[in-house]
Amino acid sequence: MRADPAEYKFVSPGNLQAVLSLLASEPAQWLPIAGGTDVMVLYSAGKLPNRKLINILNIPELRQIEVFPDSVRIGAACTYTALRKHDNVSREFPLLATAASWTGGIANQNRGTLGGNIANASPAADSLPALLVYDAEVTLISARGARRVAYRNFHSGYKQTALAADELIRDISLPRRFSEYLSHARKVGARNAQAISKVCLAALGQIANGAIRDVRLALGSVAPVPLRLNETERALTGKKIEPPLIDTARKSVVKEIRPIDDIRSTARYRAAVAGNLVAEFLEKLAAAGANA
Amino acid sequence: MTPSPGTNAKCEVSFTVNGEAKKLLAHPMERLLDVLRNDLKLTGAKEGCGEGECGSCSVLLDGMLVNSCLVPVAQVSGASIDTIEGISAHALMHPLQEAFLECGSAQCGICTPGMILAAVHLLEKKPEPALAEIREGLAGNLCRCTGYIQIFDAVAGAARRVAK
Repeated sequence: MRADPAEYKFVSPGNLQAVLSLLASEPAQWLPIAGGTDVMVLYSAGKLPNRKLINILNIPELRQIEVFPDSVRIGAACTYTALRKHDNVSREFPLLATAASWTGGIANQNRGTLGGNIANASPAADSLPALLVYDAEVTLISARGARRVAYRNFHSGYKQTALAADELIRDISLPRRFSEYLSHARKVGARNAQAISKVCLAALGQIANGAIRDVRLALGSVAPVPLRLNETERALTGKKIEPPLIDTARKSVVKEIRPIDDIRSTARYRAAVAGNLVAEFLEKLAAAGANA
Repeated sequence: MTPSPGTNAKCEVSFTVNGEAKKLLAHPMERLLDVLRNDLKLTGAKEGCGEGECGSCSVLLDGMLVNSCLVPVAQVSGASIDTIEGISAHALMHPLQEAFLECGSAQCGICTPGMILAAVHLLEKKPEPALAEIREGLAGNLCRCTGYIQIFDAVAGAARRVAK
């Protein structure tokens, strides 16, 4: 049943301290809302558990992208459009900029935010595999103070996160040490815009002396959480890319993922595509290594 | 009607629509789409899917394309909204509207206001878009009858006309 707007409270304090005090005074009562591209869908369908919403789209600290010597810090309420437009993000973190360009259409990119994508915690989110391979750190803030969490430890299970009831994601920090890597992003879905992925890959790799010096692989839509392929990475590191290694990688990927059947695809199709996407990346990495 | 215990009062919201200042009472979580259609009687923005997938409720919010079904009205306080009703300003038609007519780009008309606003937004950023850019700019707007080719033709034609 459609939601009745009269049953919902909405406040817009306009500054971070006031938002944090409200979250602290009534933990788990207030749901932060930024661009609303997830929250409003649930709300309209009458499926939003919260009856109290707090606006964070107008908090200046959450809307900045700051460039430091060692890192780029992205405010949680930065939109996909802001990510795509930002020079350092598109140049040094192309996997994130590319994922931003896949997320929804232009209207949703103008409203949807990176922090929202993380907090919504969908295993199918397009931007999250990129954060995994870039070793992102998230800063969580509350009236009690701020703490940093490695993004790889943020999702503890399907839609389960490290966020405490009074906490807000303040920013996402990316170390600036991947610009020399070959990067590869691929989404397989029913169509490019507006379609949730059946499988998506974010991959980084570097070749030295004809062998893989470092490789970083993460997949969306193949497990309860966005998944970094640690085992497969270990099996590849230090090796020369040849057909038997690509076969090994395919088998390792299929072993590592836990795909399911759902409305968008089947576990079997996802496993085949996940292996193919990693194989495609390794072929590209080998070709780049041969030309280096 | 007696309000139920969970009922909250309406608030005053002020914003600009098509250049005119508006002030009205609304529940803060009312969708911008409903306020435009029901309170302001601007029925150009259509409800298609109601979940941000189809683009038929597209409007410009401070010059930025948004799906008005996903915007709580409280978030547009102080903002400036442009809808299809205001897009031609004082002329009879916007060049995009003329081009849509000439190319046969509208059939049932449900997607057309959103398509035109998405195209206005695109041409503001990229006055001479390539076909791939037109496709990307309109990718969030679904059409179920005309097909997309006539719509892409109209956007390309309007861009050429404006560029002259």
